[in-house]
Amino acid sequence: MSVDRIDSPRRPLLVAGVTAAALIAAPFVLPWLGAAPNTVNRILVWGLFGIGFDILFGYTGLLSFGQSALYGTGGFVAAYLLTRAGFPYIVAALLIGMAAAAAVGYLVGLVALRRTGIYFAMITVAIAEVFYFVEFNPLADWTGGENGLPGVPTPSVNLGFTTLHFTTGWALYPFLAFCYFVGIAIALRIVRSPVGVVLRGIRENPLRTAAVGHNVHGYKLAAFVIAAAYAGLAGGLLGVLQAFMPPEAFTFETSGQLVIQTAIGGRGMLFGPLAGAALWLFLQDFLQGPLGLGATWKLVLGLVFVVLVVFLREGILGGIRDLYRRVARRKGEEDAAGAEPAGTPTRPPAATPAPSREHAGNGFSGPIMQTISLTKHYGGVAANQAIDFSVDAGEVRGIIGPNGAGKTTFFRMLTCEVLPTAGTILFKGRDITGMDMTEVCQLGLTKSYQVNQLFNRLTVRENVTIAALAALRGKFRLDLMRRLSDISGLDGRVGHTLELVGLAGRRDTPVAQLAYGEKRRLEIGLALASSPSLLLLDEPLAGMSPTERAETVRLLKSIGQERTMIVIDHDMDSLFELAERITVLQEGRVLAEGRPADIKANTRVQEAYLGGLNGAQA
Amino acid sequence: MITWPNFVSQLFNGLALGALLALIASGLTIIYGTLGVLNLAHGAMFMLGGYAGFAAYQASGSFVVAVVAGTLALLLVGLLMERVIVRHFYARPHEDQLLVTFGLAIVFVETVRWLFSSESKTVSPPAALAGITPLGFMMYPTYRLAVVGIVAVALLVLFLVLYRTRLGMIVRAGIEDAMMVDCLGINVDRVFMVVFGIGAMAAGFAGIVNAPIVSLTPEVGEAILVQTFVVVVIGGVGSFPGAVLGGLIAGEIISLTSMVNPGYAYVMLFAAMTLVLMIRPRGLLGAHGRE
Repeated sequence: MSVDRIDSPRRPLLVAGVTAAALIAAPFVLPWLGAAPNTVNRILVWGLFGIGFDILFGYTGLLSFGQSALYGTGGFVAAYLLTRAGFPYIVAALLIGMAAAAAVGYLVGLVALRRTGIYFAMITVAIAEVFYFVEFNPLADWTGGENGLPGVPTPSVNLGFTTLHFTTGWALYPFLAFCYFVGIAIALRIVRSPVGVVLRGIRENPLRTAAVGHNVHGYKLAAFVIAAAYAGLAGGLLGVLQAFMPPEAFTFETSGQLVIQTAIGGRGMLFGPLAGAALWLFLQDFLQGPLGLGATWKLVLGLVFVVLVVFLREGILGGIRDLYRRVARRKGEEDAAGAEPAGTPTRPPAATPAPSREHAGNGFSGPIMQTISLTKHYGGVAANQAIDFSVDAGEVRGIIGPNGAGKTTFFRMLTCEVLPTAGTILFKGRDITGMDMTEVCQLGLTKSYQVNQLFNRLTVRENVTIAALAALRGKFRLDLMRRLSDISGLDGRVGHTLELVGLAGRRDTPVAQLAYGEKRRLEIGLALASSPSLLLLDEPLAGMSPTERAETVRLLKSIGQERTMIVIDHDMDSLFELAERITVLQEGRVLAEGRPADIKANTRVQEAYLGGLNGAQA
Repeated sequence: MITWPNFVSQLFNGLALGALLALIASGLTIIYGTLGVLNLAHGAMFMLGGYAGFAAYQASGSFVVAVVAGTLALLLVGLLMERVIVRHFYARPHEDQLLVTFGLAIVFVETVRWLFSSESKTVSPPAALAGITPLGFMMYPTYRLAVVGIVAVALLVLFLVLYRTRLGMIVRAGIEDAMMVDCLGINVDRVFMVVFGIGAMAAGFAGIVNAPIVSLTPEVGEAILVQTFVVVVIGGVGSFPGAVLGGLIAGEIISLTSMVNPGYAYVMLFAAMTLVLMIRPRGLLGAHGRE
């Protein structure tokens, strides 16, 4: 189910090689199929435009309907330089247009990325419309208004011994094909870089990506700027291709066509937009030409699009990929049938103690976590009231309390997911009140969630990799060209975490195929992979079978040897076995605190749980 | 040249446009709020309402028949679209919903182009509302004045349906928590279909009421869709009062800016939207957690 694998080092080279071969072969093969060179060139420009868009939409999950703004910006900046400004260097002009689009993309991104989901889609539409009107009116003196900019020259490249002139049709093709190739080669590196992995994490679960310590907004903005740069270059090439920069580049229709082509071709594969553009433009030529449909071609293509969205979710390339995988799996099963049983069975959690980590708390003694009169109100409801709480480094603390006692709210404040109404939170003596979740995670405090927060379409290994990357690279880093294998310590950390939570045999399984108990362990693994010095566990045992509970308690014990833990759970027997001290919450206040034996004997605690005989509230 | 009568007449224009936007945005926002689907075909529905009305107008010569036909036709389109296509997308990601409604928008626009060609069509207002009304210090087209009243009545009807009927209560509850409504044993499937129908009907009604002001082309819905988005972002997703307030604000901004320089109308509209996003990201009257 995973969109693609992040960890096969040879594949990018193979893909790039095949792409180069196909691009070289195209002018010799396609004419036989009746393809007009101009159509092929337009497909390449759309394909290049779409590479960046796919990084934004397919990989990061941000569906923008406003890419025309950036396409137009890049195109008009380059065209203006080459026509009215008389700037002679075509390639330089294209790159300047690309940079301008990236800069504009940065500003647009700052506004549009304030919201997610459908809000993001609506805002991008609105922004693109503004660009269209600005091009037509306030900037008409520079952009030519509705006339566009005619007379964009074709490129010639001086190689010293000879000069290559790329004019029109097949003579221009090598120039565009080269641009496309460079674009795809760079994109292949980007999507396999640490950044590419984080972007997939954002697509699958932005909340968890932030919680394990990545600056989600920063990475989204990066994806937006990357998409803008590709759009800008493609816009410039459109001007070169047509010898004219058309104002239509700025229309909503441009953005729409890009979205359609990407959806038709398949998202999250980089080549989808090229395939989609090929289908769209060939069909357009075919419907208008041989079939003589005239203006009705768009109605037919609209219907085709709707049918494809309804029935072929992953697009054409996605459909081919799924078919290939199905065949490959069947073949794999036949091969495996004669040999050993397929798949390694899940191993129970290894009981080996975790090795000490950089900020594993061993450099710190005394209270690692303290809250002073911590309070949270939701409207008139007081979820937590004046909680004074302290945990020493190295301790394992249990928190119990009836449903609604405010345990989860308390955790959410500690990890800075929600802002307290009043009070102070000190972590390692430092005031972290009002910090964000990501920063706090980077300081060494993280949580495993009560309800699983996993990256569902990615594999177990990819899940843990996302968490480990935050610990190894910090919250934001643009190492776009770096290979995962070049990050020292990554493999070790991922492997070790998987061993620890007993999922080493399931590393290549997509999360969606895991059993519930395995998902719970992976949930803990994600928190562990960021090597926290203080780990909060919100009901780690919830919903587990007795056997799974026993295994997980064993796992938690071994984890607890090396770090401070605070555990919420309703399973008191397990918690009393695990924790050195217990804090009891009731109705948002601390009811009691002490060693398990004392808590068991405490009459007020018994009342809180059993309803009491004196009429105390349950 | 900005004169006093010119300014007031632009204020009125803004009011008429704002009222229309409020009505269209209400449809969009209750569909999104209840069903969780952002209908990118909403602008195309506005356009369809205009053309359905135009066809009825040509056949009957009566504006009232045109309005009724445009409205009912879109109720039907909405019900069918929900039943046949949109229903299968509730469980799919938001992006797929955007894609399919976007595709349907293209199909609607191109079907109309195929049937009616790209030439613009005009619908005359009824004789009683044609002409110009003297307002003492200025003259103003009667029909535009009437539009404000007509749309205000439509908004009132929508308000009564949403706030004074059982269906309205279910819809508003669904906006807060659709799953809970489902659990309460209410037939959500049918409610969803009706809500989609009502939303489409509001767009269709606006489309035919608007037809005498701006002539019809197949693209007329595109600009309206963008303006409607801005209205919803300003007002707050899922909020009927927000849609009305946002519509009036957007209408006045477009209209008053156009008086100075039409080229900047969208820039100002966008600036207002950005301002709202900076100060109050969930919209002026939007509630937390509706996203």
